[in-house]
Amino acid sequence: MIVETEGLTKSYGPTTVLRGLDLEVTEGSVLALLGPNGAGKTTTIRILSTLTRPDGGTARVCGFDVVRAGADVRGAISLTGQYAAVDEEQTGRENLVMIARLRGFPRPASRARAAELLERFDLLDAADRRVRTYSGGMRRRLDLAMSLVARPRLLFLDEPTTGLDPVSRTTVWDAITDLVRDGVTIFLTTQYLEEADRLADRIVVLHNGGVVADGTADALKNSVGGTRLDLTFRSPADASRARNVVGGVADGPTLSVPSDGSAAHLHRVLDDLLGARVEVLRVATHRPTLDDVFTSLTAVAA
Amino acid sequence: MTASLTMIGRSIRLSRRNLDLVIMAIVLPVLMMALFVYVFGGAISSTQSYVDYVVPGILVLCTGYGATSTAMSVTDDVKKGVVDRFRSMPISGFSVLTGHVVASVARNGLATFAVVLVALLMGFRPAASFGSWILAMGLLALYVLALSWLAAGFGVVARTVESASLLGFFMLFIPYLSSAFVPVATMPSWLRAVSEHQPITPVIETVRALLTGQEATSGWLALGWSGGLLVVAFGWATWLFSRISRR
Repeated sequence: MIVETEGLTKSYGPTTVLRGLDLEVTEGSVLALLGPNGAGKTTTIRILSTLTRPDGGTARVCGFDVVRAGADVRGAISLTGQYAAVDEEQTGRENLVMIARLRGFPRPASRARAAELLERFDLLDAADRRVRTYSGGMRRRLDLAMSLVARPRLLFLDEPTTGLDPVSRTTVWDAITDLVRDGVTIFLTTQYLEEADRLADRIVVLHNGGVVADGTADALKNSVGGTRLDLTFRSPADASRARNVVGGVADGPTLSVPSDGSAAHLHRVLDDLLGARVEVLRVATHRPTLDDVFTSLTAVAA
Repeated sequence: MTASLTMIGRSIRLSRRNLDLVIMAIVLPVLMMALFVYVFGGAISSTQSYVDYVVPGILVLCTGYGATSTAMSVTDDVKKGVVDRFRSMPISGFSVLTGHVVASVARNGLATFAVVLVALLMGFRPAASFGSWILAMGLLALYVLALSWLAAGFGVVARTVESASLLGFFMLFIPYLSSAFVPVATMPSWLRAVSEHQPITPVIETVRALLTGQEATSGWLALGWSGGLLVVAFGWATWLFSRISRR
């Protein structure tokens, strides 16, 4: 396990942020910590990257205790925080060289590493411009590049694509996918279910400072139920007549019917309704999304 | 060591590129001096030439501007997550502050140089030996160093860059309540009691005495204040910085 926590707690004054968090992350995997604002995502990342001291419990990162061996942890990890922590008045290249120097690279090696990362993150053209002139996506990419200077074993990404346009988001996602291929373990937080769905091997849903669900995206989706058919009728009255024929749950002019997703089942439902002379306007099949998972989990836990 | 040097390089590069900082550090003190010499100077009767009197005061006033910029830069780094990035790396995060402080001292050195240069053009005629110059500049450097650490600490606790800039208000106000611009003898007695005993007055008096070739009677006092302030401010900034991990 590259990350192992046991009973992690943290409070700020009267506000309890984490109440006994247990987490395990296998090396080489991508873990997404999902949760609404205030669920404790950022606090978790801050504790694991040694920025914040936990009140109770233990956390081991890359085999080192985050409190007692903070320096060893810091040597093995990198953190990309929620806000792009780049120097506006330095150029992209200067920012990267600076980090390389701080990581102990000699001067020529620092310049070489900076050039390599600029190329990899498609920033060569802007390399010698001040970061102030960069777009949000370019900043994020530079931020990510700065976290990779020392080739970390484990990379923490706190909401890596918050506030980015769709194109930049895809670029950042591609960069993350490349890292995974190189064997870097990724621990990310996100509010975007699509992001977790696309990047993560495992999703941990955090709510009120504790884990409320843990599993693959598919497992989580199955946990809230299978596919259903959403049938829309001309009026609520039609919908309730249809409910008497095929069952399900009516909501206004719409009726939701549990389904196995097969064509045969759809056929049968439509035939039955035709036989009962209820006209169906539209049919949609609905497979649960992480949104559904999220809504049901956080609603139950609240 | 490399970390501190890299941070110093960073802070100096950043201050060089920040036009506001350059103006605040160099242009403003020079303008203030012109204001005092040409606008107020005529009305302030003095046995010596007013420019000779006011230069040490302006030099100390500069340090206030410098300290304000330092506090603001530190707060900016804390708020933008730059400090977090450095603290998550295997270096002493404290070197971020060292970088800012050294850059602050360097900016002040430049400002001092500019002020003295312009003052000479305005008729400043110091009667100091080489040794006295060294002593005067050394004392100023010590005072600036102390003030910069104080500013760094202030920058760590400030909630926003705007509140960090509040430091400037005090830093700019306090020198007026000293012998910087007028002799304290001209002040009402209650105010004189404050002015005579605040730390800036002995520093200014000492620098003035050294530059005008007089005997520096408050030299040890100035050294004591500056040295004491340095120890306290450094300790305070270190303590505040170590407490960031509780947040």
